[in-house]
Amino acid sequence: MKRFAQLFAQLDQTTKTLKKVEHLVSYLNEADDDDKLWTIAILSHRRPKRTVKTSLLRIWASEIANVPLWLFEESYHVVGDLAETIALMIPAKTQQHTKRLTDWINIIKALDKKDEDYKKAVVLDAWSGMDYNERFVFNKLITGGFRIGVSQKLMMRAIAQYEGQEENAMAHRLMGNWTPDTITYDELIRSENPLDDISKPYPFYLAYSVESEPSELGEISEWLLERKWDGIRGQVIIRENQVFVWSRGEELVTDKFPEYHSLGLDLPNGTVIDGEILPFADGKPLTFNVLQTRIGRKNITKKILQSAPVILMCYDLLEHDGKDIRNLPLRERRKLLVQLLKDHDTKGICQLSEGVAVENWDAAAVERSRSRSLMSEGLMIKRLDSEYKIGRKKGDWWKWKIDPLTIDAIMLYAQSGHGRRANLFTDYTFAVWDGENLVPFTKAYSGLTDKEFNEITKWVRKNTKEKFGPVRSVNPELVFEIAFEGINASKRHKSGISLRFPRMVRWRRDKPAKEANTLNDLKKMLELYG
Amino acid sequence: MPVHQKNDLLRFTPKGIYCEQADVYIDPWRPVDKALITHGHADHSRWGHKSYLATESAAPVIQYRLGKINIQTIAYGKKISINGVDFSFHPAGHIIGSAQIRVAYKGEVWVASGDYKLENDGISEAFESVKCHTFITESTFGLPIYDWKPQQEIFADINAWWRTNASLGKVTFITGYSLGKAQRILNGLDHSIGKIYTHSAVENINEVIRQQGVSLPSTNRIHKDIPSKDFESNLVLAPPGALNSSWMKKFKPISIGIASGWMALRGARRRRAAERGFVLSDHVDWKDLNTVIKATEAERVIVTHGYTKVYTQYLKEQGLQAEAAQTEFTGENLEGENIPSIDNSTTPNQ
Ligand SMILES: [Zn+2]
Repeated sequence: MKRFAQLFAQLDQTTKTLKKVEHLVSYLNEADDDDKLWTIAILSHRRPKRTVKTSLLRIWASEIANVPLWLFEESYHVVGDLAETIALMIPAKTQQHTKRLTDWINIIKALDKKDEDYKKAVVLDAWSGMDYNERFVFNKLITGGFRIGVSQKLMMRAIAQYEGQEENAMAHRLMGNWTPDTITYDELIRSENPLDDISKPYPFYLAYSVESEPSELGEISEWLLERKWDGIRGQVIIRENQVFVWSRGEELVTDKFPEYHSLGLDLPNGTVIDGEILPFADGKPLTFNVLQTRIGRKNITKKILQSAPVILMCYDLLEHDGKDIRNLPLRERRKLLVQLLKDHDTKGICQLSEGVAVENWDAAAVERSRSRSLMSEGLMIKRLDSEYKIGRKKGDWWKWKIDPLTIDAIMLYAQSGHGRRANLFTDYTFAVWDGENLVPFTKAYSGLTDKEFNEITKWVRKNTKEKFGPVRSVNPELVFEIAFEGINASKRHKSGISLRFPRMVRWRRDKPAKEANTLNDLKKMLELYG
Repeated sequence: MPVHQKNDLLRFTPKGIYCEQADVYIDPWRPVDKALITHGHADHSRWGHKSYLATESAAPVIQYRLGKINIQTIAYGKKISINGVDFSFHPAGHIIGSAQIRVAYKGEVWVASGDYKLENDGISEAFESVKCHTFITESTFGLPIYDWKPQQEIFADINAWWRTNASLGKVTFITGYSLGKAQRILNGLDHSIGKIYTHSAVENINEVIRQQGVSLPSTNRIHKDIPSKDFESNLVLAPPGALNSSWMKKFKPISIGIASGWMALRGARRRRAAERGFVLSDHVDWKDLNTVIKATEAERVIVTHGYTKVYTQYLKEQGLQAEAAQTEFTGENLEGENIPSIDNSTTPNQ
């Protein structure tokens, strides 16, 4: 457990992905197979279920710390994390346990349905033999709320590095419904697995934003114009009757999108489509917000499938009849894609991202200006002669996004930033007027220069009204122009709206607070674009 | 609960802690005629008073920081009478020269303790318990989640970290504020690992303290002509304010550590993005705070900066008369050098 607790502390203390992978690899080198397997399980959100109520843990902890329960609760309020509060408060260890992570998990699992006294004895004994990091991890395991800042992709990279295997060839192995009770490390990671090859995606080709006027790209007839759809760029692979779905982050997300599973039957083997995972209903795209409700969920329930259904908006064909066709010109690949979708009925799951037919660049600009009403982010401009390249390359593919929406808002709260900017107040909460009142509606972090952040930090120090932990409320005086990509109705927010990709574009030193925008202005935007 | 009761020997006024009978203030935060100063941190010894009284070992730093001031000194334990009120200064163990100020009048004894800690750091005069009727205490770390480990353990961690960095050719960069924490860290470092470089703000204080006859390990003041490779495998000691500044750029590759009581909390560690957080504070933790209060045998406790509300309530449950008082002390500060938080009083010579 000590080693796992150390790994957790290491991962917790760095934001650098390289470092994280390094720590993971050296952990894998030292841990035995059982512990490796459980670590992978925990990092992929396969946690053991909770067997002790947190209310009991609170009572036991305050008891042995010899503090009244209300004071425990006050402390918890300051710390903000139950596992940490307990780890900090209980008396120093009187012995040292040497059990492995796997042993502790088994002990925790065995507590299920035991009586309270038994549970208490086990937990107190555990605490008495652990240092701070071990206790923290143990408490996280027992409260069932373990989150570690490591993506599936990073973990995969570390495992691949440790095993001397190719990353993309291994990712599929972590998919599905396995738990450490049903599989061994060897079976999960090392066994011969024919899926290693067939799941492999192609690297995505990414576009740059147009640099000046698109008309400088020359003759419009040499270009394919498409809508830029607002979902998740994805690649769907059909090989040997299996379906694999990769997101642009090169994460395997097949499990998250059961809608595509039927494509294994409906499309021929040896097909790879580049498209947009797009929330879609009644013949129209839905807002990205809808998709967001699905991302990050472990279980995709029926309810989610109904409220946030997706289709694949198909852009390009990368593999046809089992052949890599990325070096064919786009116009040829499109022809094959169109034919493929014509020949095979996917029951509406695969839809062609239609070209936008225009005579000239002025007409293209008009089409671009319709984007918001079509729930699109702008236009894609692709050279009809282009190959499908690797990564972000200039020249053949461009995105021509619509200008963001903007609003002038007043800074209400400030919080210090992360990393390089940890000493500056860089995270702000903004408000607009609702009559005489200020209603907070969004946070924003980026968009200003270091110099401006420095100046604002000084201002915040002088204009602090109240401190709540790291957050300060400030005098409502500074006005900022906030840009955002979309606006949605939201029940979770007091203002009733939520913004997509909000960021600061300008510090409006010229504007007094009373001239900032109002909640009504936001509501009008919501009506127009929400 | 009113904090100024009419007959109180010390009262909390908008200018500071006031003794009306003697017409003096303790650690006032607005300019006054006569100020008794517990210690040299900027939130306790501020600029602009007509006269200052501090311990002999606190005075040099206060003078260094505040420039030309009218300051008198007093030895620990020595009594000075002002209009019938007896004042004496007793070691607080917080930083060099730090004192608890005992105030006695007609048999009633108050102690204003400023900032204090129990662990003897070898530079500060070790804390001495003073019995009193009313004790004024800070509560910077007045929650049971703060439980300091012995400093030897922390220094062992710091030295092990430095050793690892040194073996990788990295610069070890550690912050702690320049008065108190920096000298304490210096004393705990294992000098056999490499050279110790200091930020000017730290070195200026080191020089003042060395001149007082306190021996500190040898250090190298950082200046712009030192080539960047000289820092490799060595250690840089700097105040928290230097973090993320352009001044830091020449230290590469670097490993950053922060020494502060706040490093006990994961959220604070993560927000600062330091590779290592060392839980080292010049204030008492929960256990020591309660030990000290018990030892004073005070019946009444007035709680200043920190978790005042919660701690007051706890003391009441312990059967004490306790109340919270509003001050402008800041306690341990992660953002800088005990910056006065509300007013903008400047300290020249800093
Ligand atoms: Zn202090």
